[in-house]
Amino acid sequence: MHTWTLMLVLLGAAALAYHVGRKRAIATAGGSERINTLHSLPAYYGFYAAMWAAIPAVLLLGLWLGVQDQVITSLVKASLPPQSVAELTPGALGLLMNDVKNVASGNIASGAVTPAIQTAADHYARLQNLARWTQWLLVLALSVAGMAFAWSQTRPTMRARNRVESVVLGVLILFSSIAVLTTLGIVLSVVFESWQFFQKIAPSEFFLGTLWSPQTAMRADQVAADGAFGAVPLFTGTLLVSFIAMAVAVPIGLMAAIYLSEYAPRKVRSVAKPLLEILAGIPTVVYGFFAALTLAPVIRDLGEQLGFAVASESALAAGLVMGIMIIPFVSSLSDDVINAVPQAMRDGSYALGATQSETIRRVVIPAALPGIVGGVLLAVSRAIGETMIVVMAAGLTANLTANPLASVTTVTVQIVTLLTGDQEFDSAKTLAAFALGLTLFLVTLTLNIIALHIVRKYREQYE
Amino acid sequence: MNALASEIVRDTSAVSAADLAKGGHFSGTIGDITTPDPRMVCREVNVWYGDKHAIKDVSLDIGNHQVVAMIGPSGCGKSTFLRCLNRMNDTIDGCRVRGSITLDGQEIYDKGLDPVPLRAQVGMVFQKPNPFPKSIYENVAYGARIHGLTNSKAELDALVETSLRKAGLWNEVKDRLDQPGTGLSGGQQQRLCIARTIAVSPEVILMDEPCSALDPIATAIIEELIDELREQYSIAIVTHSMQQAARVSQRTAYFHLGDLVEVGETTQVFTNPRHKLTEDYITGRFG
Repeated sequence: MHTWTLMLVLLGAAALAYHVGRKRAIATAGGSERINTLHSLPAYYGFYAAMWAAIPAVLLLGLWLGVQDQVITSLVKASLPPQSVAELTPGALGLLMNDVKNVASGNIASGAVTPAIQTAADHYARLQNLARWTQWLLVLALSVAGMAFAWSQTRPTMRARNRVESVVLGVLILFSSIAVLTTLGIVLSVVFESWQFFQKIAPSEFFLGTLWSPQTAMRADQVAADGAFGAVPLFTGTLLVSFIAMAVAVPIGLMAAIYLSEYAPRKVRSVAKPLLEILAGIPTVVYGFFAALTLAPVIRDLGEQLGFAVASESALAAGLVMGIMIIPFVSSLSDDVINAVPQAMRDGSYALGATQSETIRRVVIPAALPGIVGGVLLAVSRAIGETMIVVMAAGLTANLTANPLASVTTVTVQIVTLLTGDQEFDSAKTLAAFALGLTLFLVTLTLNIIALHIVRKYREQYE
Repeated sequence: MNALASEIVRDTSAVSAADLAKGGHFSGTIGDITTPDPRMVCREVNVWYGDKHAIKDVSLDIGNHQVVAMIGPSGCGKSTFLRCLNRMNDTIDGCRVRGSITLDGQEIYDKGLDPVPLRAQVGMVFQKPNPFPKSIYENVAYGARIHGLTNSKAELDALVETSLRKAGLWNEVKDRLDQPGTGLSGGQQQRLCIARTIAVSPEVILMDEPCSALDPIATAIIEELIDELREQYSIAIVTHSMQQAARVSQRTAYFHLGDLVEVGETTQVFTNPRHKLTEDYITGRFG
C-alpha cells in the first residue's frame, strides 16, 4: 500500500519538476518575451525535468522492491539461533520463515509460537519498518537530486526536445520488445520442453508411429499402458478436419467475395459485408456447442437414414462448423484483394468486348489470385490451430482414417486433453503436449510465412 | 484557387457565348459537324452524372479513316463524350445518356442492343496503360480468346504477331512474348494496349489521352502509329496537347463545359478559329 502512496508522491514530484523546469527555462531565456532564444519549447524543459525527477527514482524503487524481501529474510535467518536451524531441511526452514512473517504481520502461524519465532518476528517487523523509511527517504532524495540536476542543466542552448524524444523513443523500443521477447520466450520454452520429450521418445516414433495412446504409469507399481506416442493419427485427423473446413470455406467465401465486390449493389454490400463479418465475431466456443449439440446429431440421424454408420462425434460435423467459422476470414481477405484490382483492368477488359463474367473469370480473379491464395493459406493455419470446435465436436480417440463420418481427434484436442487435470510435468505424457504444440506452431508459422510472402509479391504486381 | 479558376472560366463562357450566339444560352456548334463518309453519327447527345449535366446537345460525326481530335479544358466533357461512343459510361453508376449515336447506321443505345459486341467494334485505349497482369502474348490474345476469333493455335499466333506488328511493338517483344506485359516500359505498355485493341479488329478506335502518361519519345512513336492506323480504322482521340491534336488529326472538335463549341478541319481550327472560346483556348489564354 505504502508503495502506491510513494508512486503518487513521485507523480506529484514529476508534476512539480515539470512546472519548475518550464519556469526555469523561461527564466534562463530572460523572460517570456525571449522564449525564442530557447532551443526547444519551454514545455520540453519541463518534461526533461519531470523525467529526471521520476525515472531514476522509479528505477531505484523497482530495484529496491525486487531485493528488499530477500535481504530482510536472509538477515532474519541469520539472526535465528543457530542450534534451532541447523537440523532443518530447506523446506522446513521455508515453513519456519513463513511462520515468522505471519506472526510479524499479525496473521495466524502454522504451529505454536515459540519465543525464538517471536523474537525473529519482532526483528523482521523492525527491519521491514526500517526498510520502508529508508526506501522513502532514498527514493525521494533521488527524485530531488534528479530535479536539481535538470535545474542545473537548463540553459537556452540545451537541446531539451532531442533529449526528451530520445527517452520517449527508448520507452517505445522497450514496450515493443516486450511483445517480441514474450514470443521468443514462448517459443524457447516449447522448444526446450519438446527437447526433453524427444529424449524420452524417439522423434521417429513420434512423427512416424501410427498408435497414439499417451497414458503412462504414474507410479512404479501402477498397472497401466506404457504409452504410445505415434502422432500420425493426430496429424491426419487435423488434416481431415481442416480439409473439410477448407472445402466449405473456400468456395463459399470466394463466391461471397466475388458477389459482394463485383455484383452486389452498394446497398446490399453495405448490409451483407458487416453481417458476414459478424460470423467472425462469434466466440469459437459457441460454434463448438453448435457443432456438438446441433449439427452432429443431425448428421448422424441423416447418415443413419441413408444407411451410413456415422459416429456422433464425426469429423464432418467439426469440419463443417469450422468451415463456417472461417468463411468470413476467406471472404473478407478475398474481397479486399479483389477490390484492390484496379478499375483500369476491368475497363480494359470491357473495352475489348468482354462481358462482366468473362472479365471476372479471366482478368479480375487471375490478378487477385496470389492475394486470394495468401488469404486461404492464412485461413488454413487458422483451421489447423482451431481448438474449441474440435474439442467439443471431434472425438478423443486417435483413429487413422480418411472417413469423414468416423470420429477422429486432432493435435489441438490432444494438447487440451494432455494438459487438463492433474499431471506431473516431467512425464512423457505431459511433455508430448509441447512436442505437438511445437509441430503445430512450425506448420502454421510456415503457412503464414508463405502466405505473407505471396501477398507481398502480389502487392507489387501493378507497379 | 481551383474554384476561382473555374469561376473565371465560367464567366468567359457566359459572356462570349452570349456575345457570339446572340442569346442567353449557348445555342449550337460553329462549323460543319458532318463528314461526307461518316462511320459514327452522334446527334443531340446529352449526358448526366446524377444531377450534373455533363454533355449538352452534342452532335458530331466520326469520319471513316479519319482522326478526330477532341480538345478542351479539363472537365469540358470530352472524355465523357468519348466513353459514350462505346457505352463505357454504362459501367458508371448514375450516368444517363440521351440522344442518338449510330455506328454504320445502327443505333448503339437501342434497348435491344448488347453493349458487349459493340465494344469489340469500337475499341478503346485508356489514359494510363492498363495491360492485364498476364504475358504479352496473352494480353494480345485476350480479345480473340473471348470472342472465339481463331480456330487454332497457329491462327492465334499469327493474329498476335500481326497485331503486335501493326502496333509497332513486334520487334521489341518477339523474343519475350511469355514475359508479363506489366514489365514493359510505359510507351511499350501503351502500344501493347493498342495491339490488344487491334487484335479484335474494331472499326473505330477511341483513345482517351493515350500519351499523357508517356515521355516525349514514346509519345512521338504513338503519334506516328496513330497516323498509320488511320488507314484501316476510324479514330477519335481526346488530348490535352494541342500540338498533338494538330499533328495527328484531320478534324478537331473543341469542347467547353459540356458544349461542343466548334468543329472543323484541324488546319482551319488551329490557324483560323471562328469562335472566341476556341481562339482563347488554342492561344493558351486558359485551359
